[in-house]
Amino acid sequence: MSESGTPAVEFRGVGKTFTAGGAEHVALREIDLRIERGEILGVIGYSGAGKSTLVRLINALEKPTTGTVEISGTPITGVPESEVRRLRRDIGMIFQQFNLFRSRTVAGNVEYPLKVARRPRAERKARVAELLRFVGLSDKARSYPDQLSGGQKQRVGIARALATSPSLLLADEATSALDPETTGEVLELLRKVNRELGVTIVVITHEMDVIRAVADRVAVLAEGRIVELASTFDIFAAPRSAPARRFVDSVLHNRPAETELRRLDELHRGRLVTVEVDDRNRVGAALTTAARAGVHFEIVYGGVGTLQDKTFGSLTLALDGPEAAVDAVIAEFEGRRGTAPGHPAPTNRPEGA
Amino acid sequence: MDTDWDKLRPVLTESVGTTVYMVLATFVAGGLIGLFLGTALYTTRKGGLLANAPIHWLLNVAVNIVRPIPFIILLAALGPVTLEVVGTTIGTEAAIFVMIVAASFGIARIVEQNLVTVDPGVIEAARAVGAGPLRIILTLLIPEALGPLILGYTFVIIAIVDMSAMAGTVGGGGLGNFALVYGYQRFDWEVTLVAVLIIIAGVQVVQFVGNWLARRVLRR
Repeated sequence: MSESGTPAVEFRGVGKTFTAGGAEHVALREIDLRIERGEILGVIGYSGAGKSTLVRLINALEKPTTGTVEISGTPITGVPESEVRRLRRDIGMIFQQFNLFRSRTVAGNVEYPLKVARRPRAERKARVAELLRFVGLSDKARSYPDQLSGGQKQRVGIARALATSPSLLLADEATSALDPETTGEVLELLRKVNRELGVTIVVITHEMDVIRAVADRVAVLAEGRIVELASTFDIFAAPRSAPARRFVDSVLHNRPAETELRRLDELHRGRLVTVEVDDRNRVGAALTTAARAGVHFEIVYGGVGTLQDKTFGSLTLALDGPEAAVDAVIAEFEGRRGTAPGHPAPTNRPEGA
Repeated sequence: MDTDWDKLRPVLTESVGTTVYMVLATFVAGGLIGLFLGTALYTTRKGGLLANAPIHWLLNVAVNIVRPIPFIILLAALGPVTLEVVGTTIGTEAAIFVMIVAASFGIARIVEQNLVTVDPGVIEAARAVGAGPLRIILTLLIPEALGPLILGYTFVIIAIVDMSAMAGTVGGGGLGNFALVYGYQRFDWEVTLVAVLIIIAGVQVVQFVGNWLARRVLRR
């Protein structure tokens, strides 16, 4: 991900309002967003948050009501339709329902964008063969979409989207219609597209697992606004907005919810403390100190793993001992946190709850 | 009553020929015009590839005016137009003109209804790769709907055979005319029956071919 240079996509003050039967529906408001070259940006939100509209503004399937959208520095808004069509050849798109052409074979589907781009026949044939090899479907060239499984259909969709060697790929809920195993295969393929071909990818999803698996950065969309934009690690480690926290909680079960916290408090002696665990915050050392100071501790809730190759997790501890010693342990946890900027307020204290 | 088939046979043969001619001419011309009108109806609707409310409204009203008119009344009602275009209001050519008008508008609706069944996502995918409206219509929209379209057109051929029989009333000739003049008006039930059997056989063949083609296209 390069921070300098022209971004792959840039939204400037973009708003989109739909009008149906006299009623206005604001789908997106004041979107300012830079999608950097070579990154995988995840866009997560609940249904109706405006995700699909956002992604369709990138290839101008929808036109913004206000603001501008630029693709590699070239505006795709406010330009003639012929220019829009030319720009679209540099943007591939895959869909939740695959949207394959049922009247064409697998090879015919992949070839279609090349025909639209007026590539010569010999070049088209070679490119189709190359793409089918890349997605592992060489033996299905003559099959029709109806004869394929969901995962195979999406791989055809990916091959078709990559036909004209675009620098940008839009994935609109591309795995939402697939089972978990197939989802993994398709996400692995998207990572391969990003790594080996250097394609910038925008992944629209409502599943935090998809974000965790592929995204470098995440934009959280709620009620038509980007309420949070951060690296995937930071979103998981320290979500700042309420929607982001709900998404993180939906897949991470390492923090007790309010009711569970109350139950834990009844079950265990001492004070409950939730500690974030990452590469800079090693809980073990702090607990050794605690034990020496006469504080008994019990791990009552939590989980630790890795995310984007970094240690990541959360532990809830019951600390029992002299008031001052417990205070000192908590202060130590908070002190360590101080050495990890960008992860604010990880400790919750349910005393009196 | 004994039917003199030796005298009737040449008339019957000619009638069959006329019917085939009327049906084919109407099917080809009406089929093309109907395909154009139906595609226009579909693509000009709100959110369509060529969304255009005034044109859609106009086409819709035109189809709704022509379609409900019973064919036999349309034959008479279009008289002045037929006279202008064909030069006469009687005979095979005049009948074919009116049949083409009726078939075009009927087919327009059938085409529109079949195009509606094409998944809009497929059209979106084609737009996303930079395809223009005309290319999408010709290389995707119609091929995607081809199976049901073939069945719709098969249905239309049979409706045209029906129309061709009524064309007998304006001297259009053909099997319908044959059955009326040599069968019904002469109280010769046998002649009527033969005409009916030939029509049934023809319709069966058309339906069989239509089903076969549609199955091939749909690969089922």
